[in-house]
Amino acid sequence: MSASTDTKSRLNRTYSWVAGLIGIVVTAIIFIVPFIFIFFTASKTQVEAARLEFSPPTEWAFVENFVEVIQARDYILVTAFINSTIVTVGAVSLMVIVSAMVGYVLQRRYTRWNGFINFLVLAGLIVPPAVVPTIWVMQGLGLFKTMHGLILVMVAFGMAFCVLMFRAFVATIPRELDEAAIMDGAGPIRLFFQVVFPLLRSVIVTVIVVQSVFVFNDFQAPLYFFPGAENATVQVTLYNFQGQYATAWNLLFMDILLITIPMLVMYIFFNRQIVAGMTSGAVKG
Amino acid sequence: MTDTLTRSGSDAKPETPTQANPKKKKRSPYPIWFYAPAGIIYTTLFVVPTFASFYFALTRWTIFESEFIGLENFQTFFSEPFLFESLINTMIFAVLTSGAKVVLGLLIAVFLTSQIIARGWLRSVVFFPVLISAVGIGATFAVLLDPWEGLVNQVIMAFGAEQGPGWLTDPNLALISVAMVDIWRGVGLAVLIYIAGIVAIPQEYFEAAKVDGANAFKRFWHVTLPLMRPATTTVIILSLIGGLRSFDLIWTMTGGGPGFSSDVLASVVYKQYQAGFYGLSTAGNVVLFVVVAIIVVPLFWWLNRREVEQ
Repeated sequence: MSASTDTKSRLNRTYSWVAGLIGIVVTAIIFIVPFIFIFFTASKTQVEAARLEFSPPTEWAFVENFVEVIQARDYILVTAFINSTIVTVGAVSLMVIVSAMVGYVLQRRYTRWNGFINFLVLAGLIVPPAVVPTIWVMQGLGLFKTMHGLILVMVAFGMAFCVLMFRAFVATIPRELDEAAIMDGAGPIRLFFQVVFPLLRSVIVTVIVVQSVFVFNDFQAPLYFFPGAENATVQVTLYNFQGQYATAWNLLFMDILLITIPMLVMYIFFNRQIVAGMTSGAVKG
Repeated sequence: MTDTLTRSGSDAKPETPTQANPKKKKRSPYPIWFYAPAGIIYTTLFVVPTFASFYFALTRWTIFESEFIGLENFQTFFSEPFLFESLINTMIFAVLTSGAKVVLGLLIAVFLTSQIIARGWLRSVVFFPVLISAVGIGATFAVLLDPWEGLVNQVIMAFGAEQGPGWLTDPNLALISVAMVDIWRGVGLAVLIYIAGIVAIPQEYFEAAKVDGANAFKRFWHVTLPLMRPATTTVIILSLIGGLRSFDLIWTMTGGGPGFSSDVLASVVYKQYQAGFYGLSTAGNVVLFVVVAIIVVPLFWWLNRREVEQ
């Protein structure tokens, strides 16, 4: 008997190593090579990058390319990063506050509107936005081609997901807590902002991280609602670079590298929240 | 409703008079006006445009003025082959990507939950592309899939082929190539959802199956697979919604080309908008809306019902 368990555990260990190594090799080829390619090409001189080879650069030009991309078209990339940061921070903070309010009341209070609101939330997840009519509304309100207009559009598009997350989380906070706060004389505003909102912290972090990724990576909304040479966001700038730098691959890939790094940093620091948000929000969707 | 109201009513306190519903004498601690900020933004920028699109799709439209022309836009849409083809392409793209994400996602998830080394690292690597912008991935793969100098064809030629396929330049292949890149990018999310599902299966089920003499494949087929239905529902619906709306990747990789061979509804909407045909563009949007509703809503209902029945 001991002999058979022995062979079994040895078999298991062999499987663990062999399968793991195969997994590492396959993912390296499929998932890592493109990223290394981005990094290598971003570090090459223009002539060498034009060959599109997968090889370490013979002559490192990383810093030169970095400086050149930053300076290109009158520091457009710097403007783009500033714009994208403002839009991301603005949209995500607004989204968190207004959707937390909705998710909270939706979970706590049952009125005949609940069914309708739940329907609207589901519709927000499924229905593709109607672009030109949105432009028409924004133009009527003076929001078209403005940064706050773009922020509000992002809030409208991302809200449904956030409401679902908040509604699910509020359900885990005991009602007795609300009642105690009401006993102590808290009004609705204090009850929410001082008692409930701080308890939502973990789900707020998740929502912030996931939505930041979505808003920062979004290409379609800025393309439609924030056009114009001055109104650059990083994704649109990258898209324009793709057309202009068809011969200067080193600069294009330096740009790709620069917009990938914030996401990599996010992933390293917020791995757990991203995974939680993507799966739990997804399961409820 | 009564529950909340009576409970809050019984311990009614002298609350500060806030903007709550004035019609109710006993105020709920959960004021309806909490819906207002979100509701205003959502209604003006999402609900109103959606309803407006049904009207403007029936007009010749220049943003400033619109002329009612009935179903002419839809007639154009369904009679012009290059417009109609985008509808077919959208379906192919969505079905291909979500199907592949289900199959590959489940297989990779099973692999990544088995006893292997470097599991955590492998999971991170598979998931990371989900976080990268589609524009960046599209630009990268447009280069990697270059028919002559791209890395992919270089490798194919190194194995002795004379010339690799023109991934993005062959009209028969362009849409499928983009779909493959979309799978590359999105499979990590499917894997993650499946892993969450597999980890939640009680270990006793597998042990019981083992005692009954089920081998690894039978355990997968009779234990894991049936229990993965909720996760599969999620993956299918999420990737169908994403796939039907897909724009970024297609636009950065092929721009709908060569010709119109990889145009999808979302790219037609953008092209017609750029060309100034706002009515036609909006009609494309309405077609997209109808397609999403026809495919996703019944599926949602059906898949959820099967879950309840179990």
